[in-house]
Amino acid sequence: MQASDRFNINSQLEHLQAKYVGTGHADLSRFEWAVNIQRDSYASYIGHYPMLAYFAIAENESIGRERYNFMQKMLLPCGLPPERDED
Amino acid sequence: MYLYSLTLQRATGAVCAVIGSFSGRDSKKSAASGSGSGSTQEIAVARGSTLDLLRPDPETGRLRTLLSVDVFGAIRSLAQFRLTGANKDYLVVGSDSGRLVILEYSPDRNRLDKVHQETFGKSGCRRIVPGQLLAVDPKGRALCIAALEKQKLVYVLNRDAAARLTISSPLEAHKSNTLTFALAALDCGFDNPVFAAIELEYAESDRDPTGQAANQAQKLLTFYELDLGLNHVSRKVSEPIDNGANLLVTVPGGGDGPSGVLVCCDNFVLYRNQGHPEIRAVIPRRADLPAERGVLIVAAATHKQKSMFFFLLQTEYGDIFKVDLDHNGDTVSELRIKYFDTIPVTSAVCVLRSGFLFAASEFGNHALYQFRDIGRDADVESSSATLMETEEGFQPVFFQPRALKNLMRIDEIESLMPVMDMRVANLFDEETPQLFTACGRGPRSTLRILRPGLAISEMARSMLPAEPIAVWTVKKNINDMFDAYIVVSFTNVTLVLSIGETIEEVSDSQFLDTTHSLAVTLLGEDSLMQVHPNGIRHIREDGRVNEWRTPGKKTITKVGSNRLQVVIALSGGELIYFEMDMTGQLMEVEKQDMSGDVACLAIAPVPEGRQRSRFLAVGSYDNTIRILSLDPDDCLQPLSVQSVSSAPESLLFLEVQASIGGEDGADYPANLFLNAGLQNGVLFRTNVDMVTGQLSDTRSRFLGLRPPKLFPCVVSHRQAMLCLSSRPWLGYIHQGHFLLTPLSCDTLESASSFSSDQCSEGVVAVAGDALRIFTIERLGETFNETAIPLRYTPRKFVILPKKKYIAVIESDKGAFSAEEREAAKKECLEASGAAENGNANNGDPMENGDGQEDGAEEGNTFPDEQYGYPKAESERWVSCIRILDPRSRDTTCLLELQENEAAVSICTVNFHDKEHGTLLAVGTAKGLQFWPRRTLAGGFIHIYKFVDEGRSLELLHKTQVEEVPLALCQFQGRLLAGVGSVLRLYDLGKRKLLRKCENKLFPRTIVSIHTYRDRIYVGDMQESFHYCKYRRDENQLYIFADDSVPRWLTAAQHIDFDTMAGADKFGNIYFARLPQDISDEIEEDPTGGKIKWEQGKLNGAPNKVEEIVQFHVGDVVTCLQKASLIPGGGECLIYGTVMGSVGALLAFTSREDVDFFSHLEMHLRQEHPPLCGRDHMAYRSAYFPVKDVIDGDLCEQYPSLPADMQRKIADELDRTPGEILKKLEDIRNKII
Repeated sequence: MQASDRFNINSQLEHLQAKYVGTGHADLSRFEWAVNIQRDSYASYIGHYPMLAYFAIAENESIGRERYNFMQKMLLPCGLPPERDED
Repeated sequence: MYLYSLTLQRATGAVCAVIGSFSGRDSKKSAASGSGSGSTQEIAVARGSTLDLLRPDPETGRLRTLLSVDVFGAIRSLAQFRLTGANKDYLVVGSDSGRLVILEYSPDRNRLDKVHQETFGKSGCRRIVPGQLLAVDPKGRALCIAALEKQKLVYVLNRDAAARLTISSPLEAHKSNTLTFALAALDCGFDNPVFAAIELEYAESDRDPTGQAANQAQKLLTFYELDLGLNHVSRKVSEPIDNGANLLVTVPGGGDGPSGVLVCCDNFVLYRNQGHPEIRAVIPRRADLPAERGVLIVAAATHKQKSMFFFLLQTEYGDIFKVDLDHNGDTVSELRIKYFDTIPVTSAVCVLRSGFLFAASEFGNHALYQFRDIGRDADVESSSATLMETEEGFQPVFFQPRALKNLMRIDEIESLMPVMDMRVANLFDEETPQLFTACGRGPRSTLRILRPGLAISEMARSMLPAEPIAVWTVKKNINDMFDAYIVVSFTNVTLVLSIGETIEEVSDSQFLDTTHSLAVTLLGEDSLMQVHPNGIRHIREDGRVNEWRTPGKKTITKVGSNRLQVVIALSGGELIYFEMDMTGQLMEVEKQDMSGDVACLAIAPVPEGRQRSRFLAVGSYDNTIRILSLDPDDCLQPLSVQSVSSAPESLLFLEVQASIGGEDGADYPANLFLNAGLQNGVLFRTNVDMVTGQLSDTRSRFLGLRPPKLFPCVVSHRQAMLCLSSRPWLGYIHQGHFLLTPLSCDTLESASSFSSDQCSEGVVAVAGDALRIFTIERLGETFNETAIPLRYTPRKFVILPKKKYIAVIESDKGAFSAEEREAAKKECLEASGAAENGNANNGDPMENGDGQEDGAEEGNTFPDEQYGYPKAESERWVSCIRILDPRSRDTTCLLELQENEAAVSICTVNFHDKEHGTLLAVGTAKGLQFWPRRTLAGGFIHIYKFVDEGRSLELLHKTQVEEVPLALCQFQGRLLAGVGSVLRLYDLGKRKLLRKCENKLFPRTIVSIHTYRDRIYVGDMQESFHYCKYRRDENQLYIFADDSVPRWLTAAQHIDFDTMAGADKFGNIYFARLPQDISDEIEEDPTGGKIKWEQGKLNGAPNKVEEIVQFHVGDVVTCLQKASLIPGGGECLIYGTVMGSVGALLAFTSREDVDFFSHLEMHLRQEHPPLCGRDHMAYRSAYFPVKDVIDGDLCEQYPSLPADMQRKIADELDRTPGEILKKLEDIRNKII
């Protein structure tokens, strides 16, 4: 690899994509984008305790249960992925 | 508009808590027994953006707050660790700062110092930035900080040659596409540190459209080993684990136990270790739990002694289980889960070595419990040995919660969390308005009445034969612990009471009882002095009495004295000064004629190691206060003069003794303050130079309508001052600050400190014809509260204007109604045959709460506050409407809604036909579901009529609407309702409400409606404010302006004609204002901007409001109100939050102040960055750049800076530190 390759836009993007989960790319599908947003949202809800409490009040669950539910939802936040066209 | 933001009540909820010996001080008891681990323990509690350090007092069994710091960041996790051989714990904080911060508590200065701050990522609560999970090796050699996904960083902790803590650069243990549920450090003695994590990989599931991968997704228990030799972290073992796993608890190891972890899962607890077979036990279930619900452990605590250890795990329903492991060496043979007790659900539990359990409740008050037993008796138990697996899975074990057996509640810490709604009103006609807050959740809901000031707890009250005018307490000897006499003076007699087991009148005290007294004190070591109008009576210890009589017809009018000096003022204005000589005789030293009558006198206390005090303060009716010298060479010569705004009524010197550290830790330079109560009700406070007697740095504060009378007293072993105006105030020093706070009691005439066997620091006071003894509680708090229990989570409330009653709507999801609960309870009691003493809780539907606090009461009662309501299916709702009389605290009417209806909105409305007068409109939703999407069976608007003089409600009619009516408001004699996304105007009909007009153009859901003249300000759930107008002639509602920013509105308040204040779900407060020119244009336009509206603009309104104020509070604001908390004070915006804090935003009135405070804030940002590493500006701008709000909480940290730093900042601002402190005090006094 030449030294200049390190600085071209593609390798920089690749670097970002490797480092930061959720960095988009040109072929990002609607589903992938939504999944990312949802996971970020759940992570933010869990991180902000007052928000977690706010949800817990609405659902009348304990905060611990609410946190667990959000964590579980991070697995498939938007349901199953769509069938992919193989082309 | 510039605002000053100030938190009045810091967050009272708790995010997490850890226990440790942060002060490193040995408790006296354990020092005697010589055990090495006997240092006192403190509890560090994170409350959102504040970090508190609490210490339980083993003698009184109360929790005391040592320190409370605002860190301007969101604390997400705490951990404590200790280096081997050290005697002090460090505190590790995981926050949203993208930094790891290690803090050390220094007890001498009472502050937390940042030892290390390591940056590892971006700030904010992000998915892959560590901070959420934290684990420290039990031997304090390494710590691991993890994010919810991917990143884990391991830091090696060590110490350098000077025994200072060192920290390595981070070692990465990342794994992409992996979620981390929990993290714990294994206790493996001095082998390499190992961390365990519950992980779940999602990459496969994201790619597989058939769902097979998702079904097979398996949680793994992964062990990471830190090789200290190679300085490298490796992923050692990764084993599949129950898919319900959510929490890890470290099991003691390294000789004390088998090591490994407890894995808490939905319904199970497992024991796991590397290379050890899984031991599984099922968590016992409450008998009344619906079958589809799991049992999740939400909090855990470990208790470890030399010979044994056990765990206390709390479920999401509040039941605590004790977990024991049977082990032989490293092999665990059995895991037993035994029902221990039930306490309200917590976010953290801590077991203290001194036999206490601190329970940080997730909602409602926190509590401190004492262990009565450690669950040795037989109880419902489930064990890994008796685990039964059937076709339907593992066989559960059932139990019935019972009264507390092992724990006993000994203290409670008030928590407002969550504040659901708030109103500021003066319903009790007191001097200051009260804050009414609807707090709590489910059975622990309360309506709390907050009053600014300190609470008092009355210990005794006795009636006297007449109205006394003054009261004193005296000791017999200076070395006595307790007071000997209470002396009460009436207009012509003096009554002496002796303090012993009881307080009774005595006649052998040698005090002259046929006249009224002017002063009674201890003089010298052991003699007493009574000053009465005709002379001074000096009672020696051996009973001899010396009497000094006034010359001629003159009488004594005023007295000032300290331990060795006495000054009297005679009528006509003559001062006579006495001093006590070596033989204990009171000798006249000097006389001086003042020009006129003396208004008041005070002598400063004798400084330590001196013969006399040098200062005498004399207040005269010519509005001056003079300081006279008492030195023999210039006796009674004036040193300085101060003129004041009104004649002084009372004077008091307050001495602050120099100290460094001490119990509350702060540094106090020696200082002498002269306080004067003026006739216009102002307290005047000035600093007296200890050498020259010059007065400087004057402050004044209006206290009340009566001239304040000042009395010395003692608060937490320090000199304090009681100021009795139309209400009493206490001036005292707390955590290094001088605070002047009102007391919550009625007017007092005279007061004195009181100390006896039963009450070491009390106050005795006279008011009317009563003698009262009380203590002052919860020092340092801004508010004191009175709680009225409610049945379900309060959603909203309104104050009924005429009768001053409160109407509250309460609702809970997934709960049974009161009758169902009663039936179930009876059934259950009969089934268990436990009607032994028959005190089943026969729930009267009119009672305030169900069951009173009787946690320790014997018998099989189930106070719901303690046990929570039994869970019903999640689609069920229960709800009630309550009318409450706040004065008597009685519920006068309680309507439980039927058929799965939940009340969501409430307002009072006067329809213009005036037939019914004021009516109450309540919006309800039937069968409301949030998941998988919001659905409902129907919405209703109930109209109630007040009967029985407003004490009771009668349903007039009920109108069905198609969506949830989340907002109701009266408008021009009609009712405006926000029904889903429709704004509709209703008029009252005979059998239902009649639609008059509607607008369907709102984007999502209307959550708030405010009206002013013909304008309607509508708040949308997601899309901020919409300004509307109603044209009566055309009967049309239309939107003429809206906001360009999406806002998830949680609270709204109307500020002025063009301005609204709002708060969003993410913790921001903002003001939206319609620009003046647009506003004028609309008002002048004969069509009211309607033509423009018809054109529209990109699906929105033609005009946009501007957001003129932005501020990130860092907490979900649930209510906003514009109000003034002090009489005659300016209005400010008061807010309450989910975490139970109350704050205020005050508008600045002068440009000068804005400049001053913004510069002060800027300097503090630079010189005093927040403790947890979050940049202050970035925090306050977390979602929107902060605009035109000055953070008073940061400014108020100025006094806690070191003196040189204070001076430096003051120099930059061209002021003195004193002036800055005064400014800070002044602006606070404008708010509260």
